[in-house]
Amino acid sequence: MENTKKNWPLWEIFVRSKNGLEHRHFGSLHAADAEMAMENARDVYTRRNEGVSIWVVESKNITASNPQENGEMFEPAQDKVYRHPTFYDLPDEVKHM
Amino acid sequence: MSEKEVKNLEEIFEARIARDEKIEPKDWMPEKYRQTHIRQMSQHAHSEIIGMLPEGNWITRAPSLRRKAALLAKVQDEAGHGLYLYSACETLGISRDELYEQLHSGKAKYSSIFNYPTITWADMGAIGWLVDGAAIINQVPLCNTSFGPYARAMVRVCKEESFHQRQGFEIMLTLCRGTEEQKAMAQDALNRWWWPALMMLGPTDAESIHTEQSMKWKLKRKSNDELRQQFIDQTVPQADLLGITVPDPDLKWNEEKGSYDFGEIDWNEFWQVVKGHGPCNKERMNARVNAWNNGEWVRDAAMAHAEKNEKRKVAKAS
Repeated sequence: MENTKKNWPLWEIFVRSKNGLEHRHFGSLHAADAEMAMENARDVYTRRNEGVSIWVVESKNITASNPQENGEMFEPAQDKVYRHPTFYDLPDEVKHM
Repeated sequence: MSEKEVKNLEEIFEARIARDEKIEPKDWMPEKYRQTHIRQMSQHAHSEIIGMLPEGNWITRAPSLRRKAALLAKVQDEAGHGLYLYSACETLGISRDELYEQLHSGKAKYSSIFNYPTITWADMGAIGWLVDGAAIINQVPLCNTSFGPYARAMVRVCKEESFHQRQGFEIMLTLCRGTEEQKAMAQDALNRWWWPALMMLGPTDAESIHTEQSMKWKLKRKSNDELRQQFIDQTVPQADLLGITVPDPDLKWNEEKGSYDFGEIDWNEFWQVVKGHGPCNKERMNARVNAWNNGEWVRDAAMAHAEKNEKRKVAKAS
């Protein structure tokens, strides 16, 4: 017999703790569908008023960068000091800029 | 990968930990680091899940609505803590199903304290006060552990756990200020939970096989014996405040050390319980396995319902 057993997929949970702040990754959980993921997220991650808004995203839909490729990925930014304000020399007389 | 390359990666890895850098799930890590974390984190998660059972026993019989609401909230927190920890564990590449399978087959352990029975209401007080008290001492240093997902889960767990201990102590306090019988009940609970709570902090340093490696990986930041001493020093004055007696004739303040001396722990009992011969090992496992098996049709139905809805949505869109 074909194995038809399907486990509940994994969902990533993002919570906005209060208006004015961004949604932040809180953790993950298993649920049959988005609706159940939302209900479970409320019970698992916001039992003490930790949130005013929740996003649920099925984990398989997230594409993550690979830490083994962090060199190619992030090092190019390291030698571009001219992207920072402190790179530019200004006379002391210029007080706020 | 050649042996030399692995060794090189291991050195880089150990140096990162020494610098207090966090390790995240997709980073390279030695296989032993991964396995040790799966073992410890899953054991921790299982303890939260099994830990609901002795308290669940009293939810319907809590003496007031206030106590019942608090106990329900505490047990719900434990389910939540189990979930945080299972998810953190899954980031290491093991599935939830495999984790459950390890628990149900007896391959994975959970804290031996949950194999003791909860025979009176005072046990709810003693568990919150002593068992959660010992758990907090164990867990606070873990908020700083090297594996990111574990550390983050522990921060959340510790934040929630302090209510658990306080509600337990309040139950004890109420009983101790009550009738003679109520106070005797509190004393009886302390008598039964004191030694198992001390054992909960793990075998003595000389016997603990994992301590050295775990210290190096900051999976452990204090030894079992240090944690136990800390627990005793903090708890004895609380028993004094309650006006009940810690069941250890050798317990004595040591002025020179600035801490308590205490009597010998019956490690034979500890190992018996760990090996499955405690008073409730079978009952706990049966309850857990039955809950899982009897819930299977619900899980399947939820999945079938989700799939049907998905198909309906697709049909509507086309």
